[in-house]
Formats: sequence, structure tokens, C-alpha cells
Amino acid sequence: MTNPILETRNLTKIYGQNVIFKDINLKVNEGETIVIIGPSGTGKSTLLRCINLLTSNNGGQVFLDEKEITAKGHNEDEVRQQIGMVFQNFLLFNHLTALDNVMIGLTKVKKMPKDKAKEKAMEELNRVGLADRADHYPGQLSGGQQQRVAIARALAMDPRVMLFDEPTSALDPELIGEVLGVMAKLAKDRMTMLVVTHEMGFAREVADRIVFMEKGSIVEEGSPDDLFYHPKHDRTREFLWKITELYGKKEKEKGAKE
Amino acid sequence: MIAFFEFFVRFLPDMLKGAGITILLTAEGLSAGFVLGLLASLARVYGNKFIRGLAVSYIELFRGTPLLMQLFIIYYGLPGLGITFSREWCAFLALGLNSGAYQAEYLRGSLIAIGDGQMMAGRSIGMSRAKTIWYVILPQALRLAIPAWSNEPVSLLKSTAVVFLIAVPELMAKAKSIAAQTYDPIGTYIAVALVYLAMVYLLDAFLRWVERASRIPGFEMEGKKA
Repeated sequence: MTNPILETRNLTKIYGQNVIFKDINLKVNEGETIVIIGPSGTGKSTLLRCINLLTSNNGGQVFLDEKEITAKGHNEDEVRQQIGMVFQNFLLFNHLTALDNVMIGLTKVKKMPKDKAKEKAMEELNRVGLADRADHYPGQLSGGQQQRVAIARALAMDPRVMLFDEPTSALDPELIGEVLGVMAKLAKDRMTMLVVTHEMGFAREVADRIVFMEKGSIVEEGSPDDLFYHPKHDRTREFLWKITELYGKKEKEKGAKE
Repeated sequence: MIAFFEFFVRFLPDMLKGAGITILLTAEGLSAGFVLGLLASLARVYGNKFIRGLAVSYIELFRGTPLLMQLFIIYYGLPGLGITFSREWCAFLALGLNSGAYQAEYLRGSLIAIGDGQMMAGRSIGMSRAKTIWYVILPQALRLAIPAWSNEPVSLLKSTAVVFLIAVPELMAKAKSIAAQTYDPIGTYIAVALVYLAMVYLLDAFLRWVERASRIPGFEMEGKKA
């Protein structure tokens, strides 16, 4: 077994009296897609933000390529270049075209010459199927297209790991498929991904492992088959049953598989 | 009517000379105020406690007291402390400092409106805070601020009139001397008012053009979609 790309050890986050999550131990191996599921308010999003240091933790460590990135004096900006993040509400830079959104990290952070940056950015837009929308501003794109540009923006930095924070939750049902499609393709290309989502179809088809989180801790983790068909905990079964019923209909409507 | 027209034409060169100084003072005050206001708003939104406190003190002090008083303190008060500036410098300082406090508040509003999301997005691709502010937040915040901020040039242009009290020869000072010279205060002030109106009209047209030119496609204000 190879060493994990990303690892959290006893990662803990507390707001005041409120324990968001406690002692989270997670290992992500190279090329793996891990899907985190669980009820709202169990700290899944905060966990992702703690991993790429957008939020500070209250204990524990995060390792990227076996180096502790939570150590004092570690350069946060460098860490975030290596950990891509996709947000629920896209958060594209609204004053820039799709192309410039993808380019800005290359020119301003990586100091790449403009022509090379443009070439690379077009490659990434092509990868998410939006090369023909390069000159459009975010306001001129659909939600699904915006999210795909956001994925391209993160990919352009050549990250070691990609974090997805409910990437389809803000989308109309008919636009979810195109984003999940791009993500499934990334997973197939062996991009290392950590995905928080309620899309059970995606979890079942694409995930190598599913992590079920509730009330700030990991209840159970395992392969999709294990969790869906042989869950060890009643809570897991209950949650999956409820959410599959809730989302199942929608997924059937849009043809489930991507 | 014809008499007024002749009067207007006769004193137009004089009034334009004053108007030139008025415009110069407005441009200087606005520019200095913009730099100060930008720094103060950034300090107030993104600074630590100490820096924020400094910015708030500056803003409240200059928004909370009359411009005329600020001008008098700089012109009559500072020499008592051994600091003396020329009249023009005093006018420039008072207008710049005063305008900066107002501009800081216009900009602060739009910095907050742009929100934490854009900051988070910038940080997520490895940009530093400063870079994100410079490349992501400010280009959007400045555009967003234009409609409200457009009040400031117009308001400042008219506020420059107070500096005639320290004998800077701008348009209002010219009005005073023309009125004294012709014994026709009503005609004079109407003529001068027309010159102010014309300047404000042109300034407004220019500001509207800036607003249009800087618009981002698909990023119009809510409910104002073209």
C-alpha cells in the first residue's frame, strides 16, 4: 500500500461551545475518489475548509504528501495551490471571463507568461467542455457551466488533490448531470478527489470509498457496496435509505448514470 | 433678459477663470480623497483592531465636523502650532481629507457587498490576501461603488465654494468680487449659479459614461437588467 497523499489526524474544529467535528482521521490515497456523506450540519464543509486551511482548526494535524501543512510557519498559499477547491455556489470571479478566471491563478500566483497561461487555461476549459465559452462572463453562463469553469480554475493549478464542497447543491436538477459528468471523468483519469455531496448515484458509481459522517464524527467508512448493501451501523442504513428515497426519483428522471 | 445676457457675457471670462480653479480644487480633492478613502476603507474592512480603529477615527472625525471648521483649523489653527501652508494647500488638504472620509464609506459599502466568498475563492487557488484584494475584490468593488460614489464629485465640486472664505480665487470668490464691483448681487449670483449648474451637468454626463463603460456583461445590478 502506498502512502496517502492526504491525511488528517485527530482533526478537530470547535466554534465557542459548539463542537463542529472531533478527532477526524481520514486517509486519501493517490488517485482515489472519496465521497463524504451525512446529514446537514455535521461539519462536512468545515472539514474540507480545515483541510485546505481556509479555516483554522482547534486541534489535530493535516498532512499533504506526508508533510504537515498545519505546522506553524507553513506557507498556506503554497498549500492551497496544491489543494484545489470547488464551492457549492461556484464563486467565480464575476469581473473576469471564463478564460481569465482560469488564467488568473497561473499568471498571478504561478507567474506563468501570458501566452503559456492562456494555452494551459484553454486546455482546462476544453477538459470541462467549455472551450467555446472562454469569452463569456460568469453572468452569461448557466449554473452548470459556471461550476465547470470553477472546476477548470482549480485544475489549472495542477493540484495534488481536489476538494468538492457540495458542487451540485445549488444547481437546477437538469444541470447537475453535466457537472457530475466532468467529475466522473476526472475520477476516471485518477485525479485524487474528496467530495462532499448528497448525490447518492454519483457516490455509488464513482467513489472508491464512502465516508458517512454524523454529528462531527465518522460513523462508518467503506466501499460503496459495503455501505449501501451491508452497512455496519443502523444509522448508516437509515440515512442512506432516507436519502436514496428522497433523491432516487430525481436521479431516475435524469437517467442516473453519467 | 438681454441685459442679463450682456452681463453674463461680460463677466464670463472672469467666471471661467474662477471655474477653472474650482475644477482644479475638485479634481485635486477628489484624487487625494480617493487615495485616502481607499486606504481607509481597506483598513476598516480588512485591518486588525488597531488599524481599524485608526481608520474609524479618521472617518468619523472628518464626517462628523463641518468642512468649514476643518478648513479654518488647518488655515488659522495650525499656524499656532508652527505649521503654515499656503491658502491653496490649506484648501487642498481640507477638501482632500474631508472627501476621503466620505469616499471611504462609499467604498466600504461595496467591499462588504463583494463579500467573503470572493476572498475565499481567491485564497483557494493560492492567492495571498493582498493579491485577492487587488486582483479580485477591488475591480468588482470599485465598479459596484460607482453609482453611489458619483454623488461625491458633484457634492465636492459645490463644497469647494467654502474656500473663498480663506481667499482662494475660485468661482465663489469671483462672484463676491463681481457683485461688489457691479452692485448687482442678484444678477451675479444667478450667473454664477448657471456656471455651477453647467459644470455639474457635464460632470454628471461624464460619470454616467464611466458607469456604462465599466459595466461587466451579465453582472448588472439586480432588477436593472438591460
